[in-house]
Amino acid sequence: MCSFPAGRRPWEVAKVSAGAKRVEQLDRVVIRFAGDSGDGMQLTGDRFTSETAQLGNDISTLPNFPAEIRAPAGTLPGVSSFQVHFADYDILTPGDAPNVLVAMNPAALKANLADLPSGADIIVNTDEFTKRNLAKVGYAVSPLEDGSLADFAVHPVALTSMTVGALAELGVAKKDGERAKNMFALGLLSWMYSRPFESTLRFLETKFAKRPDLVAANKAAFQAGWNFGETTESFTVRYEVKPARMKPGTYRNITGNQALALGLVAASVRSKLPLFLGAYPITPASDILHELSKHKKFGITTVQAEDEIAAIGAAVGASYGGALGVTTTSGPGVALKGETISLAIALELPLVIVDVQRAGPSTGMPTKTEQADLNMALFGRHGEAPLAVIAPKSPSDCFHAAIEAARIALKYRTPVILLSDNYVANGSEPWLLPSADELPDISVEFTTEPNGEDGRFLPYLRDPETLARPWAIPGTAGLEHRIGGLEKADKTGDISYDPANHEFMVRTRAQRIEAIEVPDIEVEDADESARVLVLGWGSTYGPIGAACRALRQRGLPIAQAHLRHLAPLPANLGEVLTAYDKVVIPEMNLGQLAHVIRAKYLVDAVPFNQVSGLPFTAATLENMLEDVVKNG
Amino acid sequence: MVSTIPITPVKLTAKDFKSDQEVRWCPGCGDYAILAAVQGFMPELGIPRENIVFVSGIGCSSRFPYYMNTYGMHSIHGRAPAIATGLSVSRPDLSVWVVTGDGDALSIGGNHLIHALRRNVNLKILLFNNRIYGLTKGQYSPTSELGKITKSTPAGSADSPFNPLSLALGAEATFVARTIDSDRKHLQSVLRAAAEHEGSAFVEIYQNCNIFNDGAFELIKDSTTREDHLIRLEQGQPITFGAQQQFSVTHPAGSFGLKVQEGGEALVHDATVDDPAYAFALSRLSGSDLGTTPIGVFRNVQRPSYDELITKQLVDAKSQADGTPEQMLDGLLNKADTWTIL
Repeated sequence: MCSFPAGRRPWEVAKVSAGAKRVEQLDRVVIRFAGDSGDGMQLTGDRFTSETAQLGNDISTLPNFPAEIRAPAGTLPGVSSFQVHFADYDILTPGDAPNVLVAMNPAALKANLADLPSGADIIVNTDEFTKRNLAKVGYAVSPLEDGSLADFAVHPVALTSMTVGALAELGVAKKDGERAKNMFALGLLSWMYSRPFESTLRFLETKFAKRPDLVAANKAAFQAGWNFGETTESFTVRYEVKPARMKPGTYRNITGNQALALGLVAASVRSKLPLFLGAYPITPASDILHELSKHKKFGITTVQAEDEIAAIGAAVGASYGGALGVTTTSGPGVALKGETISLAIALELPLVIVDVQRAGPSTGMPTKTEQADLNMALFGRHGEAPLAVIAPKSPSDCFHAAIEAARIALKYRTPVILLSDNYVANGSEPWLLPSADELPDISVEFTTEPNGEDGRFLPYLRDPETLARPWAIPGTAGLEHRIGGLEKADKTGDISYDPANHEFMVRTRAQRIEAIEVPDIEVEDADESARVLVLGWGSTYGPIGAACRALRQRGLPIAQAHLRHLAPLPANLGEVLTAYDKVVIPEMNLGQLAHVIRAKYLVDAVPFNQVSGLPFTAATLENMLEDVVKNG
Repeated sequence: MVSTIPITPVKLTAKDFKSDQEVRWCPGCGDYAILAAVQGFMPELGIPRENIVFVSGIGCSSRFPYYMNTYGMHSIHGRAPAIATGLSVSRPDLSVWVVTGDGDALSIGGNHLIHALRRNVNLKILLFNNRIYGLTKGQYSPTSELGKITKSTPAGSADSPFNPLSLALGAEATFVARTIDSDRKHLQSVLRAAAEHEGSAFVEIYQNCNIFNDGAFELIKDSTTREDHLIRLEQGQPITFGAQQQFSVTHPAGSFGLKVQEGGEALVHDATVDDPAYAFALSRLSGSDLGTTPIGVFRNVQRPSYDELITKQLVDAKSQADGTPEQMLDGLLNKADTWTIL
């Protein structure tokens, strides 16, 4: 049961006051919640997103937070924000510029102001605009008083003191009362955008199940925020965003990391193999370890190893034993795992390596996004060590990409690198839930009988179709054999230093990756009049798609193609590329895919690169592409 | 014996454990003796060959799996304990043996070794210690004595060596033993005890590299000197040695460590003492000079293996299974705030 501790309930308020304030219809809104790392902005954004999802709007979110758990309070490095874009039509990005900024302190205002278009609403927590806090971020005079915010609609709200006031009757400790101010903000925004809040109340009851006083405090703060919106003259308009027209079915909101973890569970179910995850904690991949460790019911084993190398080593050991071996990490971890990936290539065992990319080099910016591990995924090993690489294009696509990675790994007995990144990993979107029975059957069979003459077992005798070697696991009588990193003789798997054999094996390993069947790349080219093709991969799908739509709406034809499989590349890619006068490749790196495309297809592709740690905005790409379409 | 590993009624022989691969160690290498001892001892275990796996790293000793007619993996430098951990945890029905060397286990793979031991993974780890890098042709290793002159240390090594047993004990190993390549009977008795141990068993085997470090253990091998330097630990027996058993290992009052003295009241060896300080003190009796070197089982105590704990979590969780895997997956995907569009 959800109930408020005292006073009027929001839904009663809504009924009583219907018509009291003007209600405006909007087709889309971008809201950014920003505050100190300890202000609970990620949670606030998350809840608002969940409320919005249930209303049937299409959504896309962008959390943006520092790597420090708690940077000094009130400082610019400590600002954490969560942006949510929702609309009554299908959208592809979290939005470029916020229509509304909720700034919980001066630092949050200062850090985000430059992103706001003029006319944007700014809701500020005036309680935090103290001399000391202003000085911390270099404001000599309060921006609320010096006219510098004249271009915006500023709504000063004493968020903290009103929250504390609202909780006075509950006897909540002052500190706990102040901490509930994010729920006040959420209540206010939920009122402003007519969001359903039942799920938030349920959420609070679950989250603070052991602390009924905090449940009451947070609910009361939420209610106070809602009531404030209703009664104050600072807000004269309420907004509504109608549900988007989406495909029928059941949806949930999901982040990329959650989807990826669930995709691995699904891969285990649909391969009928126990999943074994070896992982070492690393931002931004750790959430996958957390999620999978909850699902032992599915026969999933998770080992938090002593280091990145042990993590992949354990996964290789488990694969050798007949499990679906997986390791999850970010760029620095892949660098450490390189030697073991090479071993898995030589052993020709299934293995899924998940790289949730972050900004590098070295520690770089662990909570920021980048696509700069493509070179490492494709080429970052000693010797000729080819493997398959695939990249999800959106948060929910992480689910299907994980299954696809497992399918390739199992069928072709090869390591597969799954290149996610921080943008899709922490961003979220509505996901049309698939039915488990409709997911692809990716089961394979272990070898149980000798395959050579006289009952001999030949561990490197290949399947003529897939070029995969037999997967004969320990415990199978009569197939005892030894494998290892030393070069193998074809068929027998014995150690071999024979020059012709090495040449044959190196070429075969390359050939068997090239021979992996991947779907053709599709081109979105509405009326087939485009002369410019924009080619992307991975998480840039959203902003590229949004930019292309905007151009087409303005009558500028452009074609879009997106790569999910980066090794091997789709068989029709060369044909697609040469069908256009110009190919543009936007990437969050310095042109890594562009290098590959130019080298392999001799196409004079134009790279367009951004390495700021943030995703492309649709506007950036739209401007760039407009220039290419118009001026060649 | 580990209860999850099957036993075969079929009587196997040493020959059954010989693979068809040509053994390629240098003539005279101590590894031959260890291989023969292992192959000769394996049938005793009664474990079907297909349920035995040898995993190794890189180095001369790590070629071992190729010569065993069991399942095997010759992996990469230092990583065998990590790979074997994944295999052992996910396959409780396998008897997993790790073969490694002093460079492999204590230098590049030091991290994995200590963590396998602390977790108490069900692995039998055989560390062939020859105090030299053999496969890379003669550089000093982490067990080489201080001042050792090698190709990479012409002025003598400035690195203090590890005492492998002290290290293993510091890492909370539950079974720690030492034996010698040339003493087949002793080697097999130690292997037997290791195989019977549930959890990690760490066995250091002094192994002669006749090419790059010949005679490294001669003091405790040569019949004219060994009696005065080699201490044979036997469960329940006083720790004495010498041609006339004239030397005793004693625990002087007020001292943290053990002492070797002529006469005196010898300690009675008990590897099952829970406090690792005892086994540690024993491990400190031998230094680089091998002056007083105990061999045998130093420590043999019980605590739950990692495999057992992980398996229990899995079994408990699986008992909560409420439907087919596909039904459970549907339940998992829908276990969130969902909404339906008609």
